[in-house]
Amino acid sequence: MSEKFDAIVVGAGPAGTSCAHDLAKGGAHVLLLERGEYPGSKNVMGGVLYRKMMEDIIPEFYKEAPLERPIVEQRFMMMDKESAVTFSYKGMEWGKEPYNNFTVLRAKFDQWFADKAVQQGAILINETVVLECIVENGKVVGVRTDRPNGDVYADVVVLADGVNSLLAQSLGFHKEYRPDEVALATMEILKLDKKVIEDRFNLEDNQGCTIELFGDATKGILGTGFLYTNKDTLSIGVGTLLSGLIKHKIKPYELLEYVKAHPMIRTLIQGSEPQEYLAHLIPEGGYHSMGRIVGDGVIVIGDASQLVNAIHREGSNLAMTSGRLAAETILLAKEAGDFSEKALDHYRVRLLEGFVGQDMKKYKDSTHHFDRNPHYFDQYIPMLNKAASQMFTVDGQSKWEKQKKIWKDLGTPKEKMKMARDMYRAWKVVK
Amino acid sequence: MLHIVACIKQVPDTKIIKMNPKTNTMDRRTAPAILNPYDAHAVEEAVRLRERYGGTVSVLTMGPPPAVKAIKKCIEIGADEGYLITDRRFAGADTLATSYALTKALNKISKENPVDLIICGKMSIDGDTGQVGPGIARRLDIPPLTSVNKVIEINKQEGKAIVQRKLEDGYEVVQSTLPCLFSVEKTINEVPYAPFPNMLKAAKYNPYIWSVDDLEDVDIKQLGLKGSPTIVSKVWAPPKPEGGTMLEGNRQEQVEQLLSVLLEKKELFMTKGES
Repeated sequence: MSEKFDAIVVGAGPAGTSCAHDLAKGGAHVLLLERGEYPGSKNVMGGVLYRKMMEDIIPEFYKEAPLERPIVEQRFMMMDKESAVTFSYKGMEWGKEPYNNFTVLRAKFDQWFADKAVQQGAILINETVVLECIVENGKVVGVRTDRPNGDVYADVVVLADGVNSLLAQSLGFHKEYRPDEVALATMEILKLDKKVIEDRFNLEDNQGCTIELFGDATKGILGTGFLYTNKDTLSIGVGTLLSGLIKHKIKPYELLEYVKAHPMIRTLIQGSEPQEYLAHLIPEGGYHSMGRIVGDGVIVIGDASQLVNAIHREGSNLAMTSGRLAAETILLAKEAGDFSEKALDHYRVRLLEGFVGQDMKKYKDSTHHFDRNPHYFDQYIPMLNKAASQMFTVDGQSKWEKQKKIWKDLGTPKEKMKMARDMYRAWKVVK
Repeated sequence: MLHIVACIKQVPDTKIIKMNPKTNTMDRRTAPAILNPYDAHAVEEAVRLRERYGGTVSVLTMGPPPAVKAIKKCIEIGADEGYLITDRRFAGADTLATSYALTKALNKISKENPVDLIICGKMSIDGDTGQVGPGIARRLDIPPLTSVNKVIEINKQEGKAIVQRKLEDGYEVVQSTLPCLFSVEKTINEVPYAPFPNMLKAAKYNPYIWSVDDLEDVDIKQLGLKGSPTIVSKVWAPPKPEGGTMLEGNRQEQVEQLLSVLLEKKELFMTKGES
C-alpha cells in the first residue's frame, strides 16, 4: 500500500488550498489533488478577492500575491434598454494598505496560492481526477484516482471539488442540484491598454473599479452582470440562474454578447480584444440547498457545500473560511486521534456560528424570492429608469407636475399596494 | 545494469504561442512552459529499456530554475534522477554552446555512474534544429543514431545496440557500439498516463542543481551567448499560399462541391503503382 496521509484535500481552489495550507502549517501530512493542469486552470470567478479572509490565512499576502487592482470604487447600475440609474461608492481609504478587496485573475492567483501551500509542506498533484471516495465500514478512508495504482489513503478526506461535487453527491450528502439552485456565469477577459482603462474608469495607477449590472444586463432574468478592471484587461460577464436561461430559451453566450453591445457598456469596452472565454456554474441555492457537510472521515467545503452569498456576490471568501475551519477541525481531530463524524462536527458548528453560517441563514430565501417574482428585475428597474428620466428632463414642466406624473405612472392604487408589498418583502428576505 | 541519460528541454508551448508581429520572433511570455513533447518519448523509451534490462534512468536539462518543472514531469514518466544545470553564464546558448554545456554535465554524471546510453528527442519544438543530440555525441566521440524508431536490442556485455531507424521511404536496422546516443522519433512509443506513485514521487522530488562552478574543465568562452556563433540575420513569415478556390453555399452544397473536386483529382490520393 502506498503511503498514508493525515488528510487528502480534493480540489485546489480557494477552499481546498486554504485547507491544505493551514493543515500543512499545523504539521499535518497533507495531499492536495487537482484535476486541472495547474491550480486555477479550471477555476472561474468574476474576479473579486476579499482581503480579510485571505489575510486570515496568509497575513499581508497583498505584498507578494499576483493581484490585479485594489478596488476603490464599487458601482451599481440599474439598467433599462437604453438607460441606467447608477450609484456608486468610491473611497481612497480602500486604495491603501490594508485595502478592502482586489480584482484577481484566477489562473494566476490560484497557482500562487497553491505554491504557498506547497511551501508549507503540502504535496500537490495536478492532472489527477478523483473518481470516488473509498469507504470502509461506513467511514471514508481515502480516494480512488483515475491513475494506475491510484488508491490513496488518509485519516480524513476533504471534498473541495467545486459546485457539482460529484463526490459528496455519490456519498449521498446532497442530490443533483436543480436548475434553480445553480447559476451559470459566462465571462470574457478583454485586453485593453492600461492607460485607457485608467482614463475610462477614472482610476489612478493601482486602483480598480467594479461595476455590478442589474436589470436589462440579464434581459430581466434573475441574475447580474459585472464589469471589473484588471491591470491591462477587463473582466466582463453575466450570471443567471440556470432555470431562467431554460425558461427564456436564451443561450448564455447570447446574454454575454447582449451586455457587451449594450449602449451603457459598449463604450467602456470599446477597442478591447477578447483574450479568454470562460464559463462556470455557481451554487446559488443558498442555505436551503446545503447538504450534509460532515461524515465519518470526511468534510465538505467551499462551493461543494453550496457556500455562496449570491446577493453580495461573495463566494471565494466563504470558501476560504470554510477551508480554514476544516483545517482547524482536522488538526484538533488529529491530536485526539478521532476522525469520526462526531469529532469532525466541530467544523459544522464553527462554520454555522461564524459569518459564513450567519450570512447563509440571513439570505436563505433571497434567491428563491426573486426567482419567484421576476417583476423586480423586468418591471421595477425599467420603472426606476423612466422615473429618473422624467425627473431630470428639463422641458418646462414644473417638478411638482413631474412628480405627479411619475406617481401616476406607477399604476393604479392596487398596483401601488402590490409594489409597496414587494418592496417590504424584498427587504424582509435580505434583512 | 544500464545507466541511461535522457537529455530534455523545457520549451514554450508553440501550439498556443503568439508571434511578435514586428520581429517575427516568439513572444515566450504568451505560452506556458512544457516538457518538449519529443523528449517525453525519449524519457519513456529510457524507462522501457530500464524495465527490460534493469538499471537507472537519469534526465538532464539546461535552463532557468523553473525547468525543474520539466524534470518533475520526467519523474512522473518514470525517471529515477534529474539534473538541472542552470547559470546566467549558460544563457543565450545556441546548439553548439548547449551541447558543450550538456557534455560537461554528462561527464560529471558519468564519474558517479558511467553512462551507457544517451537518449534525446528528435528535436525541440521551439528551435526545430535537431542538432543538440548529434552535437553531444560528437563531443563525447560516441556514435549518434538519429531517427530511431525502435530499439531492438541493447547488450551491455557485448557492448552493442541494435536499432531500427526511420528513413524517408522505409526503415533500416543498424548496430552500434555502446555507449552511444539515440535521438528518437515520436512514433517510437506512446507515453502512458502516469501511475499515481510516480506522481507522488515527482511532487516530492528535488533534482540536482548545478551551476557552471559545479562542472569541471569548463571553458567559459564556449558557454552561452559568447560560445554561440549562430547569427539570426532575419526572421520572416512564409508567404501565404495563393490561389485555391473557396467553396460557397450551404453545408450540403459545399460537401457536394468538395466531393466532385476530390473525385476529379483522385490521382493525387493514389500511392505509386495503384490505378
